[in-house]
Amino acid sequence: MAGKKITITVKIWRQVGPETEGRFEEHRLEEIDPDMSFLEMLDVLNEKLTLAGRQPVAFDHDCREGICGMCGAVVDGIAHGPEEETTLCQLHMRHFRDGETICIEPFRARGFPLVRDLVVDRSAFDRIIQAGGYVSVNTGSARDGNTIPVAQNVAEQAMDAAACIGCGACVAACPNGAAMLFVSGKISQFALLPQGRPERGRRALAMVRAMDAEGFGNCGNERECEKVCPKGLSIRNIARLNREYLRAALMGDE
Amino acid sequence: MSWFIETCTSSLGKKYIMAVTGLLLGGFLLVHAAGNSSIFWGRNAFISYAVHLHSLGVLVNIFEVMLLAVFLVHVSTGLVLFLENRNTRPSRYQVERSAGGRTWGSRTMPYTGLVILAFLLLHLANFHFTDHDLPIADIVTPILSNPFYTLLYGIGMAALALHTSHGFWSLFQSLGINHPRYDRAIRFLAWLGCALIIGVFTCILLLMLLAGGSLQP
Repeated sequence: MAGKKITITVKIWRQVGPETEGRFEEHRLEEIDPDMSFLEMLDVLNEKLTLAGRQPVAFDHDCREGICGMCGAVVDGIAHGPEEETTLCQLHMRHFRDGETICIEPFRARGFPLVRDLVVDRSAFDRIIQAGGYVSVNTGSARDGNTIPVAQNVAEQAMDAAACIGCGACVAACPNGAAMLFVSGKISQFALLPQGRPERGRRALAMVRAMDAEGFGNCGNERECEKVCPKGLSIRNIARLNREYLRAALMGDE
Repeated sequence: MSWFIETCTSSLGKKYIMAVTGLLLGGFLLVHAAGNSSIFWGRNAFISYAVHLHSLGVLVNIFEVMLLAVFLVHVSTGLVLFLENRNTRPSRYQVERSAGGRTWGSRTMPYTGLVILAFLLLHLANFHFTDHDLPIADIVTPILSNPFYTLLYGIGMAALALHTSHGFWSLFQSLGINHPRYDRAIRFLAWLGCALIIGVFTCILLLMLLAGGSLQP
């Protein structure tokens, strides 16, 4: 059964392009179904804007089921909004009160240059991944699943790190605009598994070098990143990144 | 050497530098607090501690130079990090809110660091770069029995408490030491170290204020 419809005011960031000045725009939205997702609410706003002959708000989205990492905005100061371990598309309007004003801003970081409105360019993440290079997986016919033994707890940790969808909320939430949680997830998922071991040193050096070159900040262990991560990545991964890099710098052959 | 320079100037390398120098400075603080606590046993015990320490002769000077080097590296790397991190968000958020990770200590690190630096300059001017003809207890007592200095030193201690409340835990994380098995132990020990150091120094401040210029022999 649908709940009572709510009326909200959105204070949303509008910016035509990277070089132009941005500003906030206020819109009153009536009859918002509490079962709508946050992005569906933005769809309603955009329909309203389109019918009025105005430019709709640009925002990134794809799967709308919390697994692709495309969506994301800062809602009332929190990346992906107030619900823990939830992407913006999985945030529902029932978490907002009738008559509430909601402030919606793009992810702001030097590593994520703004494209338009709420859309930011997160291709820096792709370049960091590319810098990570390959893993050694034998090709040929399908091999027996248990040829390379991986302990259950290690597999679980690797899977937890691999849960990162690369949405960039960690960067958006970091007071220093650092990308440590993202990079640490990618480093961890390979460093934990035998298939990723041969290149672990080279990978750690290359990915950190790429991360620094993209203009992300330095980690201050503020722990804001793990609080907003929609996949619940722990800063324990950052500790592993710190170990991997130290190990590679001190004892690597690269 | 290029690998060394690249490591030290990378984002992670700077964290290691802050962590290692922070650990050394924390160790110094513990020893300093332990030594100074001899004042609780009276004027003679304190003077005796100072005399014994200075009988080490040139070792004291070597230690001082090393401590100064560690301190300068910590401060300069910290300033570089502070300046670099200021530019990583070209436009500020309209709504600035914490999702629950930051603490008072973590959000004020650079500022408390600068307050500690100012405090140290005062502290060294008071007790180090001064006329050492008198026994140390007689140099310390008139200064620290002055409520104005109690206030200044109190501000220094408050800054140190905030700084170490984040720093002592943070340095382990930066060095990659974080595991569910002992994370609670590290947090507890970091808190204990912070409480111990601040506790001892605060008690000394209060003792000197209440003693009003005359320590028991």
